[in-house]
Amino acid sequence: MALLSLVEVEDLSCERGGRRIFRGLSFAVAAGMALTLEGPNGAGKTSVLRIISGLLNQEIGEVRIHAGAGYVVSDPEERGRLAGWIGHHDGAKGQLTVIDNARFFASLYGSRVDLVSVLDRVGLKRLADVPAQYLSAGQRKRLGLARLILSGRALWLLDEPLSSLDAAGRRLTAELIGQHCDDGGIAIVATHETLGLDATRFFIGNT
Amino acid sequence: MSAFTALIVRDMKLAFLAGGGATLAAAFFALVAALVPFGVGADLMLLGRIAGGVLWVAAALAALLSLDRLFQADFEDGSLDVLALSPLSLESVATAKIIAHWLTTGLPLVVLSPVLGLLLNLPDAAFGALIGSLLIGTPALSGVGAIGAALTLSIRRGGLILALIVLPLIVPTLIFGSGAVMGAIDGTGQGALLFLAAFSVAAVALSPFAAAAAVRLNITG
Repeated sequence: MALLSLVEVEDLSCERGGRRIFRGLSFAVAAGMALTLEGPNGAGKTSVLRIISGLLNQEIGEVRIHAGAGYVVSDPEERGRLAGWIGHHDGAKGQLTVIDNARFFASLYGSRVDLVSVLDRVGLKRLADVPAQYLSAGQRKRLGLARLILSGRALWLLDEPLSSLDAAGRRLTAELIGQHCDDGGIAIVATHETLGLDATRFFIGNT
Repeated sequence: MSAFTALIVRDMKLAFLAGGGATLAAAFFALVAALVPFGVGADLMLLGRIAGGVLWVAAALAALLSLDRLFQADFEDGSLDVLALSPLSLESVATAKIIAHWLTTGLPLVVLSPVLGLLLNLPDAAFGALIGSLLIGTPALSGVGAIGAALTLSIRRGGLILALIVLPLIVPTLIFGSGAVMGAIDGTGQGALLFLAAFSVAAVALSPFAAAAAVRLNITG
């Protein structure tokens, strides 16, 4: 994992469909830190994450990712190459088995990590040979966590990672984020629920 | 396995699994070719002369069948976001998808074509030109089709719009493809085949960039 020192968001505004969603958003997350984005539905939590990852290109303002040795990344597509992503959709192929999905993610990110141990970590080892379409919503979320681990990215952008997970799954997610931060990673998490770990809380919208 | 080959292999697997379009396209191609004699009648001379054109039109329509899901399926299940954030550029993603589409749709049509040529009484002299022109021309169908698929990826029921966008763009492929078969029947040389090759090279070389630009527009908009 190539470490990053700081993610900076400065005076960020976003318009969608002619409607201003938020404006003047500024925050910074340093290496080893987790930040939760909180706010009511429609406040723009997902948009912030998509903007940071470069998936949404409707912003005014600046997003800077400080990599090592004074190197600053501000190009949206380059930012995307630094980010591990969990969104509303899990990005897994239903027709392929769990292990085939994981194998594809590993090849995609050039990961050398042992796949079985990763599936074991997220509690899917038993289901390795089951096509992903037979997984429950929570189990698919766990497959997303496996992808996150395989991505080996230092910046995690997680959009509602806890939704549809059971208690053990929530604990697992919090553990993984905690471990990621202990290893010097950065996590920005949009959530309605408390993660159960030490994180800076940032509110968007009228709260 | 590199990320690029992994994506090609994944798309090829999906094309042959349930919901994939590979076998469907080949079956559609064979069915259209088998239906034509029922419509045209049993005039063997006539069938032999139009066989090249019929097979080319059937191939173009068959290639279109599986195109609408080329990017749309990945868009709907979030895979496209994952691919956009992967080490691969969107241009590489588009190239890999075009290659996978051709290997699972174009190539089977090429393999099937001599059998269907026999069925339509294609003259012996034209078999080489039919197989050759399809081999050279079908990559252009996949390439140009990918542009249309990328433009319509966020539209529900985009298949019809896709056809409206793509069909006019593949007219040169049809003209030169069936022209090459005609040229072999009439012994008027291989000019059409050369034009087909030129069009195909240009289409395959440029389409990944156009398709990637359209994908970018759709996901970041």
